[in-house]
Amino acid sequence: MTAPFEFVACLQLREMLGRTAWDERELLTGIEHVPADSIYYHTHSSFLRSRYPSAPYPNDFATWVATQVRDPVLGERLAVVDPFMFDDLELLRNAMLAILDDHLQAEEPAPRVGAVGRAGEPFHFMQSTIIEVPTGVRARTLGEFADALHHVDVSVIFYHMFRPVMNSGTVSDPAQWLERELGLPALAGRVRLLNPYARDPEGLRSDLLSLVEEAREREA
Amino acid sequence: MTAIQPSLRDYEGVAPPGSVDLLRRLADRVRGRSMLHVNSTRVGGGVVEMLERYIPLLSELGLEPRWEVLNGSDEFFHVTKSFHNALQGQERDFTDEMLRAYVETNRANASRLDLDADAVFIHDPQPAALIEFAPRRGMWIWRCHIDMSRPQREAWNFLRRYVTQYDAAVFSLPKYAQRLPLPQFLIHPSIDPLADKNRELSDGEVVDVLARLVVPRDKPILVQVSRFDRFKDPVGVIEAYRLAKRSDDCRLVLAGGGADDDPEGAAVLADVREAARGDSDIHVLVLPPTAKHEINALQHAAAIIIQKSTREGFGLTVTEGMWKGKPVIGGAAGGIAVQIVDGVTGYTVNSVEGCAFRISYLLRNPDAARRVGQNAREHVRENFLITRDLSEHVALIISLLR
Repeated sequence: MTAPFEFVACLQLREMLGRTAWDERELLTGIEHVPADSIYYHTHSSFLRSRYPSAPYPNDFATWVATQVRDPVLGERLAVVDPFMFDDLELLRNAMLAILDDHLQAEEPAPRVGAVGRAGEPFHFMQSTIIEVPTGVRARTLGEFADALHHVDVSVIFYHMFRPVMNSGTVSDPAQWLERELGLPALAGRVRLLNPYARDPEGLRSDLLSLVEEAREREA
Repeated sequence: MTAIQPSLRDYEGVAPPGSVDLLRRLADRVRGRSMLHVNSTRVGGGVVEMLERYIPLLSELGLEPRWEVLNGSDEFFHVTKSFHNALQGQERDFTDEMLRAYVETNRANASRLDLDADAVFIHDPQPAALIEFAPRRGMWIWRCHIDMSRPQREAWNFLRRYVTQYDAAVFSLPKYAQRLPLPQFLIHPSIDPLADKNRELSDGEVVDVLARLVVPRDKPILVQVSRFDRFKDPVGVIEAYRLAKRSDDCRLVLAGGGADDDPEGAAVLADVREAARGDSDIHVLVLPPTAKHEINALQHAAAIIIQKSTREGFGLTVTEGMWKGKPVIGGAAGGIAVQIVDGVTGYTVNSVEGCAFRISYLLRNPDAARRVGQNAREHVRENFLITRDLSEHVALIISLLR
């Protein structure tokens, strides 16, 4: 019997750590010491904030370096790191540290100047707790899966597609469900190739729906 | 004006899809838990408006909320206003007598009020010292609504001894967090889209209110709604209007009132009236706290909404204006910089001149004004409605009571 896919929404409770960085060296020290949840928050959760991005990059470290420290090169180097390529937050932390360390070895820290000639804003380290909220919506077929995808809260998309570090290989992983329960390895493979980085949840919802609809047409 | 309070079901067509269901499912986990909010006034100001809407909705969600208000003398409220200003960065002196009045008022209220609940939310500095004198059972949370980015050290050091006794603190922006030995959470304040101040109005309702307030609609109207408070820079708004009016004809409405806990309002109002003297296109309206329908109509009638604050905890009037689909010009202070994505959901400015430039720009570019207003409304729908705010508060209680 096919186990249903259970759609889970989520809410992000945001917590300030009371730790700030005023330049690249303090950012490096902070990244070394903050909890892994803080690394996750600053590299993954911009997707839950707004459809009107107020920041140039979906990576808070990169945005702060680019806009407040005014070190665009370092900002770009941090931004290009795709957090979804890492299945361990400690590896992602190390990747960020390596870029910062390498940059600081090679260059003098940039003088920090804000938008109106004053010192820029410091970086505030935060973390978040993701509170899972089962929606009660279940799918047993590809058709039910597609119908549900159309109307679930956008946080459902975030929960299932933007949290691979937490969800990979679990019942929350839609690719695994498609493969194991519906016997659709090709579709599962294509879903696994969807990359959430630099994509907003609504865009990803639409990408996922397109793949599912194509598979349904082939099934028909 | 509205006799029937909206129920949760009414929000389903306004809030983002699925968000009301998410709120209900979260609240089920703390059904039956008691929740107490304490602040310093029942009349005027953003906290009061928020609590007026929270309480019935939390009840409908199955929690048991209560709202208590601190009693205090004029002397107490002068002291707490000084605290408020000092915590927002102004230099203020505090005598031992002032600090004693603050502490003794909190002690007396701790004896008078029923402060027992599973989760106790203490709003702002005025009742912060209650924790020292109250019997403790549930979790105590200090909810700070003001701009704490650069607090005067003397005032903060005094208050800190009380704040450190709490189980958690909630601030409106990351930069307001302090070095504290307790968890500090971030929750953005919100508006209620179905409250009298924000509900949809017909053209007839808008026309009626403006006629009653004697504000002609013969030229574009600029509106700033806020308490008469120096941090809201109402005189700066008049200066910006005068600069813009040299080339773009318009009217200015400065509408506001006082709050019981704001003794400086009269002095600021006198300054505003003096600055506006002799210009019949400036309308200084002192409205009672009950004039929510009137505020709503003024915001609906506005071509541009201004909130030129120099310090701002968050700025709910910015959210209100954005929700009405209006282009909002806000001072680049506090939460306004989060609400307004500059050039996308509104404009942020740093000076009188910057404000004047944006007034002229928006008056001359109605398509841009319309586009920014539409973005603003969607930005509010996704981020700053009461359904999201309540969800985060319920999530906080779930997290703390675990």
